[in-house]
Amino acid sequence: MSLFNVFHISSSAMTAQSMRLNAVASNLANADSIVSSDGRPYRAKQVVFEAVPVAGGSDGARGVRVRQVVEDASPPRMVYDPKNPAADEKGYVAFPNVNVVEEMTNMISASRSYQSNVEVMNTAKNMMMRTLQIGQ
Amino acid sequence: MQSIAASLDSLRTAIGLRAERHQVLAANIANADTPNYKARDFDFRSAMAQAMSGRGLGDLTLSRSSDRHLEGGSAAASAPLAYRKETQSAVDGNTVDMDVERAQMAENALQYDILARLVGDRLQGLKAALSTQS
Repeated sequence: MSLFNVFHISSSAMTAQSMRLNAVASNLANADSIVSSDGRPYRAKQVVFEAVPVAGGSDGARGVRVRQVVEDASPPRMVYDPKNPAADEKGYVAFPNVNVVEEMTNMISASRSYQSNVEVMNTAKNMMMRTLQIGQ
Repeated sequence: MQSIAASLDSLRTAIGLRAERHQVLAANIANADTPNYKARDFDFRSAMAQAMSGRGLGDLTLSRSSDRHLEGGSAAASAPLAYRKETQSAVDGNTVDMDVERAQMAENALQYDILARLVGDRLQGLKAALSTQS
């Protein structure tokens, strides 16, 4: 029954999108964390999506999986603040390389994609309900 | 009776293909943010023609040595998938156009509903014919 696969596909996409939203939340929350667990400023994290075939699905049925979480390689934001205890010998403090505007657009995009997948699921559900009503 | 069975058979094939197409479109929407994913779809008309001529079933059809044997094979004929033409290219190599996919999905769901209703009507007709007594 290929309509059941739609639920697998859409739910895998929703999981992936919520992981992306998690990364955005982490980035925004730590936009000013100048010291993270490894003692260096926090680095922005981005998720990488990958298409994977779903179990029992046909050739066209591809779900989504988060392949890896990568750290943004761009240099930290240097702010001149000699009073800060984390300042280097020149008086600069390394702030996280989180781009707040980028994260906000990322958040909106993730939420819209999530919404689309919910709608796909609903459509599939309606189709199945219609099938169950055959002959009534 | 024969004609009802024959038309139900073609409706069943069509409904199976619609469900299959819904799955393909769902995969496209699910992968709207996956880098290098290419949107896919199949042409319903040719897939239907292929399924009706029995070629879509591939090697999985049961061989019959007598015409009284059951036909076997599934209604879910797999359709040949093609890649969708790109309207606007994205930097990450993804070719999913959300507007196109959403519109196709709405159309596909509507067609599915029509088919389900047609099947229901056929069965209703059959029921009416059976229940008319004296």
